[in-house]
Amino acid sequence: MTTLELNGITKRFGSLTALDDVSLAVQKGRVHALLGENGAGKTTLMRIAFGMLRPDTGSISVDGRSVTFSSPADAIQSGIGMVHQQFSLVPAMTVAENVALGGHGQYSFRQTADLLANVAKRTGLMLDPAARVADLGSADRQKLEIIRTLTHNAKVMILDEPTAVLTPKDTTELFTQLRAFADAGGAVVLITHKLHDAIEHADDVTVLRHGRVVLSSTMSDVDEITVATAMLGAPLNSSSIDEKPSTSSLAVVASLDGVEIKGGEIVGVAALDGAATPLLRALAGRITPITGSITRPSHVGFVPENRQEEALIGDFTLTENLALASAGERRGLMNWTELEKQTSAMVAEFDVRTTGPDQLPTSLSGGNQQRFVLGRELRNNPALLVLENPTQGLDLNAAAFIHTRMKQARNNGAAVVFYSSDLDELAELSDRVLVVSRSGIRTVEPDRIEIGNALLGRNE
Amino acid sequence: MSALETFLEGTVRTATPLAFAALGETVAERAGVINIGLEGAIIAGAFGSFVAAGSGSVWAGFLGAALAGILVAAVFAFFTIRIRADQIITGTAISLLGLGVTATLYRQLYGATGAALSIPTMGITRVPVLSSIPIIGSPLFAQPSITYVLYALIPAVWWWMYKTHMGLGLRATGEDPRAAIAAGINAGKVQLLSILFGGMLGGIAGGVLVIAQAGSFAEGMSAGRGFIAIAIVVLGRWHPLGVAAAALVFGAASALQYFFQAMGWALPYQAFLALPYVLTLLGLAGIAGKASAPASLGKWPSGS
Amino acid sequence: MTPELALLADALVRSTPLIIAGLAVALAFRGGVFNIGAEGQLLMGAVAYSTVALIWGNILGRFTIVVAMFAGAVAGALWAGIAAFLRRRFHVLEIISTIMLNFIAIHFVSFLVRGPLQEPTRIYPQTESLQPVARLPQLLPGTRLHFGFLIALLLAGALAWVFARTAIGFRIRAAGASPIAALVAGKIDVSQTSTLVFLLSGALAGIAGSIEVSGVTFALYENLSPGYGYTAIAVALIAGLNPLGVVASGIFFGVLETGAIALQREFAVPSSLASIVEAMLILAALTVAALRGRQLLGKPAAP
Repeated sequence: MTTLELNGITKRFGSLTALDDVSLAVQKGRVHALLGENGAGKTTLMRIAFGMLRPDTGSISVDGRSVTFSSPADAIQSGIGMVHQQFSLVPAMTVAENVALGGHGQYSFRQTADLLANVAKRTGLMLDPAARVADLGSADRQKLEIIRTLTHNAKVMILDEPTAVLTPKDTTELFTQLRAFADAGGAVVLITHKLHDAIEHADDVTVLRHGRVVLSSTMSDVDEITVATAMLGAPLNSSSIDEKPSTSSLAVVASLDGVEIKGGEIVGVAALDGAATPLLRALAGRITPITGSITRPSHVGFVPENRQEEALIGDFTLTENLALASAGERRGLMNWTELEKQTSAMVAEFDVRTTGPDQLPTSLSGGNQQRFVLGRELRNNPALLVLENPTQGLDLNAAAFIHTRMKQARNNGAAVVFYSSDLDELAELSDRVLVVSRSGIRTVEPDRIEIGNALLGRNE
Repeated sequence: MSALETFLEGTVRTATPLAFAALGETVAERAGVINIGLEGAIIAGAFGSFVAAGSGSVWAGFLGAALAGILVAAVFAFFTIRIRADQIITGTAISLLGLGVTATLYRQLYGATGAALSIPTMGITRVPVLSSIPIIGSPLFAQPSITYVLYALIPAVWWWMYKTHMGLGLRATGEDPRAAIAAGINAGKVQLLSILFGGMLGGIAGGVLVIAQAGSFAEGMSAGRGFIAIAIVVLGRWHPLGVAAAALVFGAASALQYFFQAMGWALPYQAFLALPYVLTLLGLAGIAGKASAPASLGKWPSGS
Repeated sequence: MTPELALLADALVRSTPLIIAGLAVALAFRGGVFNIGAEGQLLMGAVAYSTVALIWGNILGRFTIVVAMFAGAVAGALWAGIAAFLRRRFHVLEIISTIMLNFIAIHFVSFLVRGPLQEPTRIYPQTESLQPVARLPQLLPGTRLHFGFLIALLLAGALAWVFARTAIGFRIRAAGASPIAALVAGKIDVSQTSTLVFLLSGALAGIAGSIEVSGVTFALYENLSPGYGYTAIAVALIAGLNPLGVVASGIFFGVLETGAIALQREFAVPSSLASIVEAMLILAALTVAALRGRQLLGKPAAP
């Protein structure tokens, strides 16, 4: 029985076609994986399913009945529950208040606590109703979102990249819960870009690429290679600069609480729940560390995670954004003619698709913005380059380009330190990995399982 | 009445319009909207009450005040929610607009000399028994009836904010509009309604100034009360009861001049006029806890 | 001297404080500081100018104007500095603190002109008239147009140059456009930049007040400023916070208000209409900016 069906969905944002005639059928009692690389349209499709966006064409039906959603409230009413990737809980409020949000009439803590106790009895999922969400970790917050969809008697549970911030142990637990939900008659939609999560746990699979459905099948009818090919499409545009320079002339460029970072290496940083951010920013000289000791060179290139807010000024031209990089230290007059020339040169070298140095960064795509930022930070050949989630949200070509440049910087003798929430990226790119946890900083080999274990505090 | 009772009575009287305006602004700010245009709502309400009271009824006057306040708030809401303009600039423009429009209309309708039009004013209504309590009885319970409306409103807003789902939704919108939307709350509607509510109470505050205090309208008579009310919201930590208490503190500061006069202590009168503003500065500085502010205050023009 | 020329000269006189205060506001807003206190800073500048001129004018002689003008700038900066301090140390919203300071300044002026600084006969709430050495020279005989107008143009040019060509101007613009990016990408000390901007803005407003006293009123009294500081906000916003644009919009507003006063004299149309027009203009400017997808203050429109 089809619990949720999306038919012929098309959605355009200006000149960009995010979804083109996409159809998806989610069956009762089954886990349906929606795969695709970043930017393929998965999140847009699910936002439509949850009533956050309206499709330009197409229809939605629940249990065979046609429905129209004008807001998430309607979707929730129809039994659609969503477990978001971020931004859907109020941190300052308690678990009970977050669960009760959207209800009617009088609010009673007692009643909500009883409701939660019921859910706990049914599924084993339990949280303290009086706990503040701000005090909860990622795994618990996700649990809260799941519990909330259950209190609304969801028939369909949509999860958006649920394993992005989970440890391997939490991931296993999550899928156990999802399977139990499906077995009890619910339907699960798993949005992910992680191939092996889908292969292992899903019953059906739909693959999106550039807003179109390129594959739709039960998991038993396809194999990993078929799905991977469907996801990736055209071959990667990556060069094979993989050789590291000889290790003879490695100078210590920086140190983090005693852990030395040398030139000519790529150091990956793994951490849970944003623990790496203050560390990396202190290393980059953007904040002053409160405790611990850090030494670093005076010029550190820094590519922050939140590109649009922290690395670029939307209303400044590309030239002005280039000048931004050392603005704090400049004195005297600005030589705009010279800066414009430098911008044009940099843009050409880093293959940034733009109409010229006078363009505004907001009209560049994410990938081009990141190329620009990286090019700017690499301009004066800094001894140390620090990056936060450098390829998040980028298409595969841009990501490959960033990786190539990172390796190039390393080969030229710089130290490259980067944080990624993607364990695969860490394993693939790093020469060694630093794992940041409550007990301090540990060095491990760039291997996915080792990193995962270290994050959990095993093998200490 | 003793000097103390006069002082307390003046405290409550001065605090009343401030409390109305601040209570309304509290609701708006809890939804994440900072309405600098509150001053415009107050002066509009003052003028509106003056016009409407000309019909002969004080309660018609207050209705006119409320409507005028809602109108001003609606303009503010249109620009911040629909056009997504910056809340601060819009609010400033609205205040300027309110002051200018009321001044212009007043001169047009009532002549440049401001010929005294007689409107009914609201006198004191003593509450039996309660007003006989020593010391505080008279100040609290020998006030114009509109003050008693305020007394009922404060606990009502408090209960609504913390004990109903709507109040929960309001507070969630002010903390994280995206989370509120994801939970099925219409954040845009919540913000619109809270802005209108704030404007309504601001208008009523202006009505109090005219009908229950001055007895007539004068250009610019709001005298910055809208901004003081915003400070009161901060001091009261965005909580209805705290805001009421903070309003009393300001009332006391203003009433101080009568106390000084009664005591025979001399200070240039400008010092007393300036006192509420100085107090606002000190109060805002003293509460370095912006930690209690609704997390998305002033940031997001609105939900969508 | 035709009546048209006289009217134009009057408009330029009126526009002078609007331009300079408009520059003060434009500088502040551009730097991310919501200085609504130009009115109070302007008054304090006028106070300082009058005090220095009246008390030391005889000793300073030819240097009276320069010294007193400097005092006016410092007074404006200090008055703004109170709000800057409250913002930096206690995170007090400057939009509220500067307005509070406006009201305090008004009452302070009232106290001065009815008290310590009152003219000797003690009849009128104003200071003595300023001595000739303390008055700005006339530009156009037969009109009230004075040297202050040229100073306004000079200041506008200087500010425009600072924004376009200097590193500090760039830092100010960056800090105002996006404090976060300025901090993270530019390693700019945003806090320090904001304070500097606040003080400079106050100084400019103080100069506006000084010029009004030394060029037009020649004395300090209550209601010296019919809301120049608030009108300056409209002037700055309509000009898109561009210094040269401020000159144009300042003159425009000067024409508007002079015309409104004339209209009131001739046809009994309330001059407060001007403030309505001004407020409408701000709202219109907001709408236009939003339709273009940006905020009026140069920050990108909210998502």
